[in-house]
Amino acid sequence: MEQAITARVYVLGDDVDTDQIIPARHLAISLDDAAERARYGGLALSGVPLEKAGLPGGNRPFSDTISSRSPYAIIVAGKNFGCGSSREHAPVALAEAGLRAVVARSYARIFYRNAIDGGYFPPLESEEDLTGWFATGDEAVLDLGAAALRNITKNRECALREPGAAGEIIRAGGLFEYARGRGLVEKRR
Amino acid sequence: MAGMTLTEKIIAGHSGNGRVSPGMTVWVTADLLMTHDVCGPGTIGILKKEIGEHARVWDPDRVVIIPDHFIFTGDADARRNLDTLRGFVKEQGIRHFYDAGTDRYSGVCHVTLAERGHLRPGEILFGTDSHTCTAGALGLFATGIGNTDAAFVMATGKLWLRVPETMRFVLEGTARPRVTAKDIVLSLIGGMGVDGAAYRTMEFCGPVIDRMGIAERMTLCNMTVEAGAKSGIIAADGTTQAFLKGRGVAASVAVGGDPDARYHSERRVDVTALKPQVACPHSPDNVRDAEECRGIKVDRCYIGSCTGGKIEDFVMACEILDGRRVAVETCCVPATAQVARELQTRTVGGRTLGAILTAAGATIGPPSCAACLGGPPDTFGRLNRGEVCISTTNRNFPGRMGAPDSKVFLASPYTVAASAVEGRITDPGRFSG
Repeated sequence: MEQAITARVYVLGDDVDTDQIIPARHLAISLDDAAERARYGGLALSGVPLEKAGLPGGNRPFSDTISSRSPYAIIVAGKNFGCGSSREHAPVALAEAGLRAVVARSYARIFYRNAIDGGYFPPLESEEDLTGWFATGDEAVLDLGAAALRNITKNRECALREPGAAGEIIRAGGLFEYARGRGLVEKRR
Repeated sequence: MAGMTLTEKIIAGHSGNGRVSPGMTVWVTADLLMTHDVCGPGTIGILKKEIGEHARVWDPDRVVIIPDHFIFTGDADARRNLDTLRGFVKEQGIRHFYDAGTDRYSGVCHVTLAERGHLRPGEILFGTDSHTCTAGALGLFATGIGNTDAAFVMATGKLWLRVPETMRFVLEGTARPRVTAKDIVLSLIGGMGVDGAAYRTMEFCGPVIDRMGIAERMTLCNMTVEAGAKSGIIAADGTTQAFLKGRGVAASVAVGGDPDARYHSERRVDVTALKPQVACPHSPDNVRDAEECRGIKVDRCYIGSCTGGKIEDFVMACEILDGRRVAVETCCVPATAQVARELQTRTVGGRTLGAILTAAGATIGPPSCAACLGGPPDTFGRLNRGEVCISTTNRNFPGRMGAPDSKVFLASPYTVAASAVEGRITDPGRFSG
């Protein structure tokens, strides 16, 4: 896992559910075929109502539908990010768009597990609600070692919570890698 | 030293620890893994990628595969996903497969698991669906997981868990006629918020539960995830044992929490004054009394899903619809093939439920998850044009049932049926027995 990520930030509100992250009509697209999987990047956050897409102004799509990539590699969100279904398509879509971290006030538990166990990106928790401190497009540095997110555009630094027991799985790069390191599953051939 | 809650006891018993306490991270053994057509293929893909093409599931008899999401659609990708499941089932020798297009086809996974006798009190069920918590109604620790976790369970039969705190709800009093488990759980979610039980388990007990049948207990546990809970649970009792016996499941040892167990919180909830509830767009916690929403015009009524598509849900709807006509398009989706068959045999007022629904002008679709989660555009009942819908389902986030500009109100089968008759949101209390 990288120690510092410098990127543009995409801001979302509270209770962004998995139907907003990846609407259900797309869920039959293959996660295993590389070309199909890449399409999820262009669909990431396509269910967010326009007025809430990229706060504070809204109307800023997260990813480019042609390239299936996003200019934003960090999401800052409010509470209960990823609530709703268990679909792992949600963190996959965000990761395929190029997302490298989410910083939210809190997470729904299945999304949190999926992001960590799948090794897609670290879901980090902020000590307070940061959505008012960031505007979509602000540049930020996420320092994972120091557990801090710095808004370069506004020159403010915010503390993040230590991930606790899940931190070991984040550092290993996912559940299978973590388990391999402990002899719980066989080594990859 | 304090005792353990029901959930803590189940986790302790599956983790090799004599005792566990909330916040501990433990490895548990799974009794059952359930997956379906939307998450099964991705799970299989991860299993093969991580373990290799030679990968075997840890125990083929503990894996249950229930296609239910995108079944009656022309979507080519959805059909391919069903083929992926078929290939895997054959390769792994999995017996518990309810394949689409065969006599074995059942429909909604959570209702199927209970109906077909897969659930036993005190066991641990993992499922690649957030509503796996429904099985808590039979005294299991049951929770939803993603593809990576499911692939890990397939490979090892194990998974890590953080032991959840238990929020205990003692339900007291007597609910008024037309007030159901759906109203109780909507009222709780409205009070707690969609993350009010995040990372915790919600345990229900008390005289209301003692009198409640399994179907209604399932509705209650089903929607605990809408409060953010990891699981919902009700201790097995005589009602549970009778239900299991009817499905050929041997009676199991009764499991309950210790008398000196420590709870995150214990809330006494008197349901006597509770009125029919409606969750308004666009969140399950945006809850009001149905009568406060009176008069809101709807374009569509929907009765179906793991939450509100059981036979008991259709009995409730038919108590209202018997001898009446719907004023708006009303889509009924029995959760399973068995529910669909029972629509033709169960009666209200001497007529079958199927006859009542048809005479009322409702349309009955084939059993599956159907429009609860939108799905491909040709899905039965899907909101394709920004309709306003009142539904017995579980979620009403933006675009959940289809078009982004559609609006979904969540309610009980009584309230949905009453609203269907009026074409407007209606408190079912006015249709007294």
